[in-house]
Amino acid sequence: MRPARLTVLAAAAAVAALTAVTGCAEKSDKGGSDAIHVTATDSACEVSTTDFPAGKVSIEVENKGSKVTELYVLFPDDRIVAERENIGPGTKATIAAEIKAGDYLFACKPGMKGDGIRTKVKATGKGSAEKRSPELDAAVAAYRKYVQEQADATLPKAQAFADAVKAGDLEAAKKAYAPSRLGWERTEPVAESFGDIDPKVDVREDGLEAGQDPAKDWTGWHRLEKSLFQENKIDDNDKKLADTLITDLTAWQKKVGEAEITPTSMANGAKELLDEVATGKVTGEEERYSHTDLVDFKANVEGAEKSYELLKAVTAKNDPELAKQLDTQFAALNTLLDKYRADKNTYEFTSYDKVGETERKELSDGVSALAEPLSKLAAAVAK
Amino acid sequence: MTDAQEPNVSEDEAQESTGGATAPSRRAVLGWGGAGLALGAAAAGGAVAAFNGGSDIAPAASAGAAVAFHGEHQAGIASAVQDRLHFAAFDVKTKDREELVKLLKDWTAAARLMTAGLPVGDVYEGVPEAPPTDTGEALGLKPSRLTLTIGFGPGLFAKDRFGLDGKRPEALVDLEAFPGDNLDQARSGGDLCVQACADDPQVAVHAIRQLARIGFGKVAVRWSQLGFGKTSSTTPDEQTPRNMMGFKDGTRNISGTDTAALDKHVWVGAGDGSDWMTGGSYLVARRIRMHIETWDRTSLREQEDIFGRDKGEGAPVGKSKERDEPFLKAMKPDSHVRLAHPDSNDGATILRRGYSFTDGTDGLGRLDAGLFFLAYQRDVRKGFVAIQRRLSKNDALNEYIQHVGSAVFAVPPGVRDKDDWWGRTLFA
Repeated sequence: MRPARLTVLAAAAAVAALTAVTGCAEKSDKGGSDAIHVTATDSACEVSTTDFPAGKVSIEVENKGSKVTELYVLFPDDRIVAERENIGPGTKATIAAEIKAGDYLFACKPGMKGDGIRTKVKATGKGSAEKRSPELDAAVAAYRKYVQEQADATLPKAQAFADAVKAGDLEAAKKAYAPSRLGWERTEPVAESFGDIDPKVDVREDGLEAGQDPAKDWTGWHRLEKSLFQENKIDDNDKKLADTLITDLTAWQKKVGEAEITPTSMANGAKELLDEVATGKVTGEEERYSHTDLVDFKANVEGAEKSYELLKAVTAKNDPELAKQLDTQFAALNTLLDKYRADKNTYEFTSYDKVGETERKELSDGVSALAEPLSKLAAAVAK
Repeated sequence: MTDAQEPNVSEDEAQESTGGATAPSRRAVLGWGGAGLALGAAAAGGAVAAFNGGSDIAPAASAGAAVAFHGEHQAGIASAVQDRLHFAAFDVKTKDREELVKLLKDWTAAARLMTAGLPVGDVYEGVPEAPPTDTGEALGLKPSRLTLTIGFGPGLFAKDRFGLDGKRPEALVDLEAFPGDNLDQARSGGDLCVQACADDPQVAVHAIRQLARIGFGKVAVRWSQLGFGKTSSTTPDEQTPRNMMGFKDGTRNISGTDTAALDKHVWVGAGDGSDWMTGGSYLVARRIRMHIETWDRTSLREQEDIFGRDKGEGAPVGKSKERDEPFLKAMKPDSHVRLAHPDSNDGATILRRGYSFTDGTDGLGRLDAGLFFLAYQRDVRKGFVAIQRRLSKNDALNEYIQHVGSAVFAVPPGVRDKDDWWGRTLFA
């Protein structure tokens, strides 16, 4: 059943891709060279050919506009194949990339902002890349955008937190701590996929490896959390750690676009966010000093809900019963969480050490009720 | 959702597929050409057909055999006691009666498959990116005489809940506070319970795990208990197993083949009130902690005096064989056997199905062990309550035990056939 369905989907995707390509009426001028020429201005992004042979490709970009621009070669789901930043006005740049057969997008970003001016292109030849339905590609692209937005929005909040630490303002730092983590927690499965960043920013003391010295090797949010909330102090080392956190989070912000994201990884990512809640937040382990676990909890649920919302149209088609269940359980868990904040427009939640055993059990039951059907989302999407 | 497939196959086919009375192993079933559930269904039908002798008592001939799921009474009450237990109590989370009914149907279908030794859906042939429907740890294991028995707790009949408040049986009483009880609410009560008994602990644990999974969102596990050594038999020819105190307890238990005694003391009769319970029974579950270390420091004479039986043979005071008729007046007035005997309780008799448990040690380094006591009776007031009133007040054993968990359930009649489901007589 499943392979047959995939074939049908792949065929549909191929037809859609062909339509898109032939839809580009203008026949390109290759200019007598093998290179692809892109002429960028402040309002246009002209591509010399939209159909080129797969393999080693050379792209020459000329910026004829007045703003600094950049060029991205993207998969249909917005994953970056190749990029070149900081192409100044009046300058040229060349991108060399190995591009497999398949559909792609070129995007010029005048001012290095926004989604860019996009053109669909196609690499033809041996060995085609896996095709997906345009609907799922759109979901992945939207999720990729969300992930980037979350990273972009985190930096200023983290900066505010770091600034408070560096100013030695204990109360302000405590207040800024939980909000600085929201974006990370919403997109944790993607954030964690960069193996080297996660241990630097989000490791807990018991997550250190044998031989690592907490005094030297423990960095990131939770080290600062311990200083602020348990030791009630800010020393010079904490101030240094605040800068390190910003450096590491900036690296994350830059790398997010490269994350490998597929419809099933989105679906399983949503489930993993609930797993994070089930293993770390419900137990109170994650924020053991600040007790802000419910803020992370809410952010994890929001991130999972975002994935689900983007996959909902496909889910509702493939497994309507599952979609109904997920709608119900997301609503139920959000209602339950709202019991722990006075104002639904803020992220000021009850301190988790004030949440009793019975209430924790209720929260845990709510998580199980959502996580179980959520674990079936990948299967529904892959149908 | 995890909709287990209904076994649905002709008897001929079924007989052929099982090759008689020995049910196939889970792995063997899966190996038959990869048709998975379709063949699984055939085998399930087969297991049922093989024991379809009109009685719900399955022969305990082979440890690997399947016990019939369908019958007038639920299996797991009078059935020959298996070696292992996983008992779980659930809170119902949904407010929707239809959703609860759907869950009971899904559970019935899953129970039908699992008691026949089959997985509930795919184990390793599903979508690679999604978790398998069945968790798979019982794959390759025999049915192991797995029985699954459901019960409904008092909370289910509460007003304005599922419209069942007029259906609560009088015999399903809230248990009174008995002297000496030290009940932990986290180990007590529950809207639903499922008793899983099997000869293989992995099979029993697997069964509860699948049901909990199917139930997430509609029900939540409130508490559960593993049991490892049966402490009573429901077959007269078997030796009575020993409890954690080293004594044979429950020698006089009702035999699973004694139809007259079962009808009199265990099965709810047609005229007992609450028609939907006819053919059912009432279950009392008690977690009884034993003060193991102090018991172990008690002299042999005192231990024997407390029970009213000798430790070696299990014979009642003054007698030589375990099954000799006890002479109660020869025992100390506060001895356990004397006080628990029907003659001391106006004939009150229960069917015991308890298991020993050990949950490691408590924070003080003492063995957290004892008896997980399961008693089935026709009326809780005339069964457990009558006996426990006397025991809790006078039993010499009380110095060494404490009741720490408690629950009571109405256990509905059996699932009749493939169209029937757990609780139909109550909800339909």
